[in-house]
Amino acid sequence: MVYVTRTEHFNAAHKLYNPRWTKEQNDAVFGRCANENWHGHNFELDVTIKGNPDPDTGFVYDVKKLSAIINEHVIEKLDHKNLNLDVDFMAGKMCSIENLVIGIWNQLVPHLPEGVKLHCLKLRETPKIYTEYYGD
Amino acid sequence: MSQKVAVYRKEHFNAAHRLNNPDWDEATNARVFGKCNNPHYHGHNYELIVKLTGEPDPATGYVYDLKLLSDQVKETIIDRFDHRNLNEDTVEFKNLNPTAENIVVVIYNLLRPKIDTKYDLQVRLFETPRNFVEYPTN
Repeated sequence: MVYVTRTEHFNAAHKLYNPRWTKEQNDAVFGRCANENWHGHNFELDVTIKGNPDPDTGFVYDVKKLSAIINEHVIEKLDHKNLNLDVDFMAGKMCSIENLVIGIWNQLVPHLPEGVKLHCLKLRETPKIYTEYYGD
Repeated sequence: MSQKVAVYRKEHFNAAHRLNNPDWDEATNARVFGKCNNPHYHGHNYELIVKLTGEPDPATGYVYDLKLLSDQVKETIIDRFDHRNLNEDTVEFKNLNPTAENIVVVIYNLLRPKIDTKYDLQVRLFETPRNFVEYPTN
């Protein structure tokens, strides 16, 4: 079994703001991230699949094809967007990277060809903050 | 012979922005600025490298105390731009398109008066790991 990772990136705006709370509560919990006028990041996404190398190609799966799937179904929806306002699969959810990594997983899985098993997503918001999700 | 040495301090800020020229119509803005024109904004992790050039002080061995430089950059730049919307939350970009080029010039002009003119100042700004700008050019 081999793990293969493809890295993609997107730049987006967001804010952490719970509409059921007062502004004061949001400021107390989310600090600067609650800025009503948004802030933004260069996000980096590592997509790791697992499998055995095909005897003919030596590939677990063609990473160029994997990249095209990630771009079509994830990056296109997120890049240069406002995560709170523009992204259908984040509507009504808090735009934390915890929720975003789960949303991306659910977005990606139905579009992977049969036999390609998604192992892990790693989503980096800044060089010092990232989340990992294994689908469980 | 000159004993000039360059010293650098790296800082970062995360901000939202959009590129838009209010004198143009929507279609022209969309054509020129593409995805960067999204009316709902997008954002970046900006990385800022401030370079000072001067001669090491014989008493300290420092060209410039980098802790002091860090404090000055934080107070003058980071506190102003971090977790802000550059278009909406800052006076500097009320009437100026917040391209990386314009941001780096604004940052230089904010920092220059804080730092003794015996030091040459140069600012490099990364908008993404692949796009970066520098001012002044020399």
